[in-house]
Amino acid sequence: METENNNMTPLLEIKDLHVSVNGEPILKGLSLTVSKGEVHAIMGPNGSGKSTLANVLAGREEYEVDSGSILYNGQDLLELDVNERALEGIFLAFQYPVEIPGVSNSNFLKSIINARRVHQGLPELNALEMLKYIQGKMESIEMDKNLLKRSLNDGFSGGEKKRNEILQMSLLEPSLSILDETDSGLDIDALRIVADGVNQLKSEDRAFIVVTHYQRLLNHIIPDYVHVLSDGKIVASGDKHLAEKLEAEGYDWIRETNSMTA
Amino acid sequence: MSDSMQTLEGHTQSEYKYGWSTELDMDTLPKGLTEDTVRAISARKNEPEWLLEWRLEAFRHWQQMEEPVWANVKFPPINYQDIIYFAAPKKKLNSLEEADPELLEMFDKLGVPIEERKVLAGVAVDAVVDSVSVATTFKKDLAKLGIVFSSFSEAVHSHPELVREYLGSVVPAKDNYFAALNSAVFSDGSFCYIPEGVKCPMELSTYFRINAANTGQFERTLIVAEKGSTVSYLEGCTAPMRDENQLHAAVVEIYAKEDANVKYSTVQNWYPGDKEGKGGIYNFVTKRGICAGDRSKISWTQVETGSAITWKYPSCILKGDDSIGEFYSVAVTNNHQQADTGTKMIHLGKNTKSTIISKGISAGRSNNSYRGLVKIGKRADGAQNFSQCDSLLMGDKCGAHTFPYLEVDNPGARVEHEATTSKIGEDQLFYCQQRGLSEEDAINMIVNGYCKEVFNELPMEFAVEAQKLLAISLEGSVG
Repeated sequence: METENNNMTPLLEIKDLHVSVNGEPILKGLSLTVSKGEVHAIMGPNGSGKSTLANVLAGREEYEVDSGSILYNGQDLLELDVNERALEGIFLAFQYPVEIPGVSNSNFLKSIINARRVHQGLPELNALEMLKYIQGKMESIEMDKNLLKRSLNDGFSGGEKKRNEILQMSLLEPSLSILDETDSGLDIDALRIVADGVNQLKSEDRAFIVVTHYQRLLNHIIPDYVHVLSDGKIVASGDKHLAEKLEAEGYDWIRETNSMTA
Repeated sequence: MSDSMQTLEGHTQSEYKYGWSTELDMDTLPKGLTEDTVRAISARKNEPEWLLEWRLEAFRHWQQMEEPVWANVKFPPINYQDIIYFAAPKKKLNSLEEADPELLEMFDKLGVPIEERKVLAGVAVDAVVDSVSVATTFKKDLAKLGIVFSSFSEAVHSHPELVREYLGSVVPAKDNYFAALNSAVFSDGSFCYIPEGVKCPMELSTYFRINAANTGQFERTLIVAEKGSTVSYLEGCTAPMRDENQLHAAVVEIYAKEDANVKYSTVQNWYPGDKEGKGGIYNFVTKRGICAGDRSKISWTQVETGSAITWKYPSCILKGDDSIGEFYSVAVTNNHQQADTGTKMIHLGKNTKSTIISKGISAGRSNNSYRGLVKIGKRADGAQNFSQCDSLLMGDKCGAHTFPYLEVDNPGARVEHEATTSKIGEDQLFYCQQRGLSEEDAINMIVNGYCKEVFNELPMEFAVEAQKLLAISLEGSVG
């Protein structure tokens, strides 16, 4: 009974969300429900609010929630601090991963893995276990082990940074992964590796929100749902064929539909 | 001045005439600085005539000097006649429970051992405990190697010829205003002598730092490294040091002969004043080493987190050919703290090399300045310097400043200077927090990464403490 109940509770439930940045409204009544095991793609033209959605879910301060609600596993997500959300299993793969000079990548990975383990009531991994765990994941996403010794993202190429995001995602095994235009600026090989990372992690317990401007990533990560965001609202939802239509016809028809409804 | 004060002053003044030395043990000198004060301090320590003369000469010179105003710090004028220049040890507390709860909380965070806590907080420690302490044991081991390591006052009596030869040889008594003041009234400090060819087997003062807690406001340290000797010296303590004396003017001198290698590490955590900028120590220090012999090396590493005002430029005179000077510094200012710190590298010998790595961190409403001089003399063919001065700002009410001075009199010298100023990024913090780290852990990680090059130079044990200290100093400085 209990398991069934849990499965019926959506992992994420966003209702009529209004968000502004510096007083300017960006999201204007967005609703979205994501259940475990699902992959949702969020598409839309530049400035439609895609990244805002990703950031507000992660809890970034500049994003002011004016009204609406977000439930995560049935609890009020907006009550949680940024790091609490992360510890509860929300992961954001950044569009522009930051560089932190002097902090070694391996040290950073150890800290975040153990922080999550401690939160889950698991013992911290010792140095050897840690190394095995990290190296195993690195192999699976074809990542150069030398990147462990370097400072976090410091001087990494664009592709290496994105790969490092996918590595962190694989290591933390989040319940809800949000990929914020992870595909931007990637060549086809890197794109495949990002997609592989997601596909390897897919399971009945996990969900993904893939924010992208282009359809090409969705050839590798097959979405269950595709939503089109325009002017802060979801204006169309469908399956993967909607993404194909967007690719073929562009976003103009969405804008037209939108202005007609407005 | 009140009547009672006048009476007191008259009383104590008259006592000088009648022989202070016998009575002094239990006494604290009255406020004010005159020749009699200097004589009284010297007498209290039972010093030889030559040292008294040395002090008096410094004092007379100091009277003619003006307090320097060039540092980028602001403070109300110091009334030098309103300071007590010699105080008997303070009344001891009976137990740790009587100590300031804030201090005890800090000990917890730092993980200071219980016995050390007592001494630092001023609790009377059982004499038996003290006599069997590690300190005593190690001192015996050092003596077997011919190493002299003792309080300055002790050395004046046990090794007067050494003290007399080297005292003031690197920082002359008349060097600057605060050095002259120190020379006149220094209360105590440390003396260290490493004989020829001896490698000191342990970090000096790691085991002795407790003793250093009571050396007072005018500390004087002298380190002499004979040919081919090596020593690593640690000064200070990460535990917070409270002191009622507001003005601290210390002098450190290092004399390194041929092939000698001296490493001097400092962690300074004097009381910085409260959040509103009230109180706190004025830390005006002169530290200088001379690489007198060829191929000698002096390396300064400092982590400065305390004091209301820091004014300090550990320097190297690179006189011997192929000698090396290094300066690694992390200076943290928070709330209303002010720091004007840096170094001087004076290249005189051929093929001398110096490295300067300075990391300033400013938070709150503090001001943090790097001030450094690189001077290449005419004779210093092939001299090389590399300087890197980075500033990190936390918040938008603090300031970071860099004042590099360069004087090159030899065209063959190579001097490189790099400087960066960055703000602790909201982006960096958000990134770390999004991975599950708390804000504090995130700040620690970022700041420690920034200071890594300097912490790498610290002895292991000190480095770990320094990291913790940094975290505590910056607590609540973001957000």
